[in-house]
Amino acid sequence: MIISIASGKGGTGKTTIAASLALSVPGARILDCDVEEPNCHIFIKPEIKEKTSIYIPVPEIDKNKCDYCGKCKQVCMYNAIAVLNKTTLVFTELCHGCGACSYFCPQKAIKEVNKEIGFIEIGKKDNLSFIHGKLNIGQAMSPPLIKAVKKYINSAKVNIIDAPPGTSCPVVESVKGSDFCILVTEPTPFGLNDLILAVEVLRKLDIPFGVVINRSDLGDKKTDVYCENENIPILMRIPFRQEIARAYSKGQPIVEAFPEYKKDFQDLFNTIKNGKFS
Amino acid sequence: MKICITSQGDNLNSEVDPRFGRCQYFIVADVETLEFEAVKNPNIDTMGGAGIQSSQLVAEKQAKVVLTGNVGPNAFQTLQAAGIEVITGVSGNVKEAVEKYKKGEFKPTQGPSVSSKFGLPK
Repeated sequence: MIISIASGKGGTGKTTIAASLALSVPGARILDCDVEEPNCHIFIKPEIKEKTSIYIPVPEIDKNKCDYCGKCKQVCMYNAIAVLNKTTLVFTELCHGCGACSYFCPQKAIKEVNKEIGFIEIGKKDNLSFIHGKLNIGQAMSPPLIKAVKKYINSAKVNIIDAPPGTSCPVVESVKGSDFCILVTEPTPFGLNDLILAVEVLRKLDIPFGVVINRSDLGDKKTDVYCENENIPILMRIPFRQEIARAYSKGQPIVEAFPEYKKDFQDLFNTIKNGKFS
Repeated sequence: MKICITSQGDNLNSEVDPRFGRCQYFIVADVETLEFEAVKNPNIDTMGGAGIQSSQLVAEKQAKVVLTGNVGPNAFQTLQAAGIEVITGVSGNVKEAVEKYKKGEFKPTQGPSVSSKFGLPK
């Protein structure tokens, strides 16, 4: 089973929920797909056992074979190649590694070479398997690295995916294929605005989802009204407590700092597993 | 000789556009006769690589000099590879800019004046 945690708005508590949920389901695995800023490790504190570099193929031009016909730049959707009078320039930071340029080059002048975009680390904390990706600084393209993290999904286990914020490509790549997605929100105008965007994405992807309202006693009731009108189950509410914020700032997951929450997270998991939303 | 000025409008009285890759128009003019062509920039809404695309457009129009407000690193590299001289910090209207260029009031830029994504809407 794959449960992803997304939000739309950043800072609503995705990692808070992901870490505590993973720690409440025996034998689960947590996959941190927020590769631009992974932070699950701060809460899980896994022992890292393996580290692997991840590459994308980028074009390398054989200057002796290139006749500057311009086919490569024509087929590049990402404007990563410029062909001028007697020069072909490659801008690898714009390259998505799709391979179209080398495929279409009539002179067979383009070879694909590996460019490192980041790495993944695999570890364990007791019975919990841990995988995350870290994108290299300056890299703009995270989906290939997210794909590499998701290769470690084990369909026999419960996989918890911590997605990045927002609603763009990295989020789509992270939540794609999930059996269920938890949208973590806060009852503020920003939280609701971005929740609505995230709901649109999940409906397009046809992924079942529900909402967790964090800091639920702050803000207003508009999120509740929205969820009711849209028939979206509210799975859990976590009230604002300074003690939770303090524990978070020390890297302590809710279920460790406040063991009474463990049952809530187990209930959350069971609700999702059984598909019974009241 | 042909010169290219990034412009906010389609004629010589238009203001110089401070962006290169995502300017509104490229005015490609003959320095001597001021005969010109206004090319609407097809790269304004491109996701990335606007500077690279625009540089190639300027090269295809056979301009030897670009007058603009700013260029980013990718555009600068591409224009250099095409052997096009880049002059940044240009403002006022297009005609004045060409006149100033003819009087030798500008110095070529030695490097990009802004970082990537400068021309994207804020």
